[in-house]
Amino acid sequence: MKRILVSIKRVVDYNVRVRVKPDGSGVVTDGVKMSINPFDEIAVEEALRIRERGLAEEVVVATIGPADCQQQLRTALAMGADRALHVQTEAAIEPLTAAKVLLKLVEREQPLLAILGKQAIDDDSSQTGQMLAALWNRPQATFASKVEIDGDMARVTREVDAGLETLEVDLPAVITTDLRLNEPRYVKLPDIMKAKKKPLETLDLGALGVAAVERIRLLRFEPPAQRTKGTMVKDVNELVDALRKRGLV
Amino acid sequence: MPNKILLIAEHDGARLNLATAKCVTCARSIPEAEITIAVFAADGAAVAAEAAALSGVAQVLRIDHPAHAQPLAATIAPQAAKLAVDYGYVLGPSTTFGKDLMPRIAALLDAPQLSDVMAVESATRFRRPMYAGNAIVTAEVPTGARLVATVRTASFEAAGTGGSAVISTVSVDADLPSHTRFVSLSAAKSDRPDLQTAARVISGGRALGSAENFQMLYRLADRLGAAVGASRAAVDAGYAANDMQVGQTGKIIAPELYMAFGISGAIQHLTGIKDARTIVAVNKDPEAPIFEVADIGLVGDLFQVVPELEKLLSQSQ
Repeated sequence: MKRILVSIKRVVDYNVRVRVKPDGSGVVTDGVKMSINPFDEIAVEEALRIRERGLAEEVVVATIGPADCQQQLRTALAMGADRALHVQTEAAIEPLTAAKVLLKLVEREQPLLAILGKQAIDDDSSQTGQMLAALWNRPQATFASKVEIDGDMARVTREVDAGLETLEVDLPAVITTDLRLNEPRYVKLPDIMKAKKKPLETLDLGALGVAAVERIRLLRFEPPAQRTKGTMVKDVNELVDALRKRGLV
Repeated sequence: MPNKILLIAEHDGARLNLATAKCVTCARSIPEAEITIAVFAADGAAVAAEAAALSGVAQVLRIDHPAHAQPLAATIAPQAAKLAVDYGYVLGPSTTFGKDLMPRIAALLDAPQLSDVMAVESATRFRRPMYAGNAIVTAEVPTGARLVATVRTASFEAAGTGGSAVISTVSVDADLPSHTRFVSLSAAKSDRPDLQTAARVISGGRALGSAENFQMLYRLADRLGAAVGASRAAVDAGYAANDMQVGQTGKIIAPELYMAFGISGAIQHLTGIKDARTIVAVNKDPEAPIFEVADIGLVGDLFQVVPELEKLLSQSQ
């Protein structure tokens, strides 16, 4: 079966003002709204669109994390994914570990594409997709803003510093999504009801043969240097004066 | 014992990218640093010469191959991973080039990666931003283990010149894949500066009201030689293109001057601009959160302020 594997991550919602805990041990997550990482939502949407164009038959969405992550899997199922895989663990998962887990899922599911967000908005690592491609020994097309499937290859436009780069990759391949790729659909209530009946399989991290090794120790979290409120000007003349004084115009 | 650092050069085939010189400064702040720059190019003579002149570089390796005409991660990574066996650190810039390449190298080495290193505290301790810069974390990696890292170039000055590192040409025995092929590169065709790197940025929010009204900001931007950005609300409303979005889910920028017109200052927007040197905010609403972070604020109607500002600035030039 032509299948697309999408991995998603549960993160603090992008509209939440993230605050560092006073003891510096992390950021406040108690009672904070959690969502699918926005770039991963774009990955789900892209997989659905490829399936809707008849170029894939099944979209499998996967996540790694504690039991709460199933909420985000259900959201992806409500968007239209066919089934979900939950690799359950309470441990903190580094990108390389995540890539090793995803490789196990890839070996199991044999997808023609693995689509991931270009980065998660919590740790901002931007590593997992590239690492999966390396371990899988397959092509990677990162920061995608356009994906066209053509037989056994994909033509992907990437957002790079110099402009837009187009690559042709043989399938299977790993694609990571940039913001411009698509606009994810809204989930409707009937879809949420339907999603409750879709298959969600729970797998144990250890049983997959991957150890959650901690190689990067996060010793201390600090808030960034705060900006202070500046001065208010009365009119445009004062504004221009203030800009001139600072040598900005 | 020196800490041997392999730094992967970014270049366009002819010139070394400034990001590499900034990575050298980061690398030099690792104690006992001994820096080698690897240049993967079709013909790396000019780039290697530039790299060798950077102060603090011990050695430059030229790995010439026709396949290196384009910087494909799938091609460079297996070779860089083989070279890296002799090094304790593998560094690259946190640009789209480095972000694409370095994790692929790290996975081949089974090494952890730290992204966006902004400060070096010791040979094993580094600082990096998380949550779009809303938290700065000090991370520690095991002593003696190989580390891959990308360098947040905005945090480091470029290394000076005056060095005279030895350049050697090497070849690496690695299978180069044919599964990834370069098709084309279309450079951003705007005459305006790139939003990500511009020294001045003019941004508009939903208060602009329409795509046509954004023209007003383009004119002001052209007057100032500025790039144009937009809030997520303006992008969602269809007033501005997606790639103009400034904020946590758009572009995170650090210009000298950021001017926000009709932007209220949602958290996700403020996250994208908090490294700007000077923030100017113009908004009708005196309670708008953007004023809490603005260096210069003006309560007013942007439809009057923008034309007046353009007029005053044109008189002065």
